[in-house]
Amino acid sequence: MIAKLLKNREILLVGAIAVLLALIALRFPAFVGPSNLARVYNDTSILIILALGQMAVILTRCIDLSMAANLALCGMVAAMLNAAFPGLSIPLIILASMALGTLLGMINGTLVWKLDIPPIVVTLGTLTIYRGLIFLLTDGKWINAHEMSDAFKALPRLDLAGVPVLSWLSLLMIAVMFLVMSRTPLGRAFYAVGGNPHAAIYTGIDVGRTRFFAYCLAGALAGLSGYLWVSRYAVAYVDIAAGFELDIIAACVIGGISIAGGIGSVAGAVLGALFLGVIKNALPVINISPFAQMAISGTVIIIAVAVNARAERRKGRVILKKAEAV
Amino acid sequence: MADAQLSPRNIPDRLEGRGARLMKSWEALLIVVATLIFLGNSLASPYFLDPWNLSDATFNFTEKAMIAFAMALVIISGEIDLSVASIIALASTAMGYAVQLGADTPALVAIGLGVGLLCGAVNGLLITGLGLPSIVVTIGTMSLFRGLSFIILGDQAFTGYPESFAWFGQGYVWWVFSFEFTLFVLLAVVYGVLLHKTNFGRVVYAIGNNQTAALFSGVRVARVKFTLFLLTGLMAGLASICLTSRLGSTRPSIALGWELEVVTMVVLGGVNILGGSGTIPGVVLAALIMGMVTFGFGLLNVPGIVMSIFIGLLLISVIALPILWRRARRRLAH
Repeated sequence: MIAKLLKNREILLVGAIAVLLALIALRFPAFVGPSNLARVYNDTSILIILALGQMAVILTRCIDLSMAANLALCGMVAAMLNAAFPGLSIPLIILASMALGTLLGMINGTLVWKLDIPPIVVTLGTLTIYRGLIFLLTDGKWINAHEMSDAFKALPRLDLAGVPVLSWLSLLMIAVMFLVMSRTPLGRAFYAVGGNPHAAIYTGIDVGRTRFFAYCLAGALAGLSGYLWVSRYAVAYVDIAAGFELDIIAACVIGGISIAGGIGSVAGAVLGALFLGVIKNALPVINISPFAQMAISGTVIIIAVAVNARAERRKGRVILKKAEAV
Repeated sequence: MADAQLSPRNIPDRLEGRGARLMKSWEALLIVVATLIFLGNSLASPYFLDPWNLSDATFNFTEKAMIAFAMALVIISGEIDLSVASIIALASTAMGYAVQLGADTPALVAIGLGVGLLCGAVNGLLITGLGLPSIVVTIGTMSLFRGLSFIILGDQAFTGYPESFAWFGQGYVWWVFSFEFTLFVLLAVVYGVLLHKTNFGRVVYAIGNNQTAALFSGVRVARVKFTLFLLTGLMAGLASICLTSRLGSTRPSIALGWELEVVTMVVLGGVNILGGSGTIPGVVLAALIMGMVTFGFGLLNVPGIVMSIFIGLLLISVIALPILWRRARRRLAH
């Protein structure tokens, strides 16, 4: 029983987060108070939303390195829309931001689907292109807090039943993604394509098309995060969320989503993001320089992938022995 | 892969001659592109065709190209190393730290190369020893290595490198030929011979094409891969020496984002990102093209980020165009 539980990746991760929190609580009990934990969750919301999109892409044996650039471009466009037409309703801006994100995701998806270009090359290219487009759009200028309308900035902080809208949105996305992954043909197709593309073809799944939709989904979530990021930090410029694509992938890897595709869950992606979020928020509390965060997340990624690889290796029947380290 | 779908009737009676194959090769296309860019630059700016300007221009690709040679071998073997830019940062930080303790130039060079090798060994051990996927491991070490520089440096910078150290990044061997450019040419020859003329090079291709088959033919797959990651680390250390010497200071954000440019250079050079094929002459041409584009745009006062859009478009289109071309030709043939 216990051995079985220990093999479950999500439970292992919950345990790891609990241990982490317990260690922090030994010195700083206030950190694990409900209000502070809610604050940590809220702070991690955007990473959670992005990790859910990246999860869909990684499940199909692809990768999206352009998510942070996509976020930045959508966020900038949302901010520009708001600055140009302060009367425009906020839900409309969010829709526009998500539509643009989906479009950018479609570009990635089309290149992967129709041209068979390796995903890492496609998104490496679009990563620089999307970020460059922000510069072309703005000439490198910033959009500052005073140029944004109050409603634009207030929405993520708005209090609904004691919880900010930002947290509600991420909870909603978790619920939606959970339903998509477990209850729709598309969600099952993501797993099928990543688990065994050849078998997926024989069951009538269009592998390329499935990947295309995974990129669209990631793009839409990046678009939503674009608005959330810009309104939350109340500033938009070329370099927002620069390098954040690695945090997103890190959250997925920590959450046990196999980079080889086919293995992973919504719970894993959320827990992986939360693990990073707890570390990020705990560092200033336990008086470690914020400069140490990068090295810590690097170490965590390596440990996580080593642990996951161990668990994966035992699974499945060995049909043809893979070339292993000699 | 795509060609395997051709019907048996399309198999030619005899293979094309060496000349015809060369004409149709990726390298021939790159030469055409490079010539066009060279001509375009010469016409667009009167300052382009000046030996000293051209010599200055080489600095924006030599350091990246050094790493690209080793990266080409890694990618041909079916792996990838995204941590190279972070190795540059960590090696540079170590050298800067040593300067504060009073190290002289030979010691600095040894430290730079040593840290590079050590980082390469860490990558290699994790990938071959534990059998982990290289893309995730090097994303991890990318954070780790640069994170260590951030811990050491924070928002500070190391300066005060000895005068003799400046020669690596600013010195000239003869006339307009800088030390860095000479090193680039030398390394191109060394890597060209290593990949195309030695047993080791054949083994790298064999692993990239079919790792299992290579293992069964008696290739020590893990040892070869470990060596490749060591080499990449060493090259990153070397690039770190050149870059640090050229800039004369170290910040933890040094060489930020270079891993993408190095990979772009390798892929643009015709190396298959999935492994198994690619050549060093291709990478050399890609380095020249990227260098000339950057320099030409610089002369025209185009901002750096716009150049990166162009590089991104170049990366996608050079891979997409041959695919579209092959597809169009097949449609015509039927």
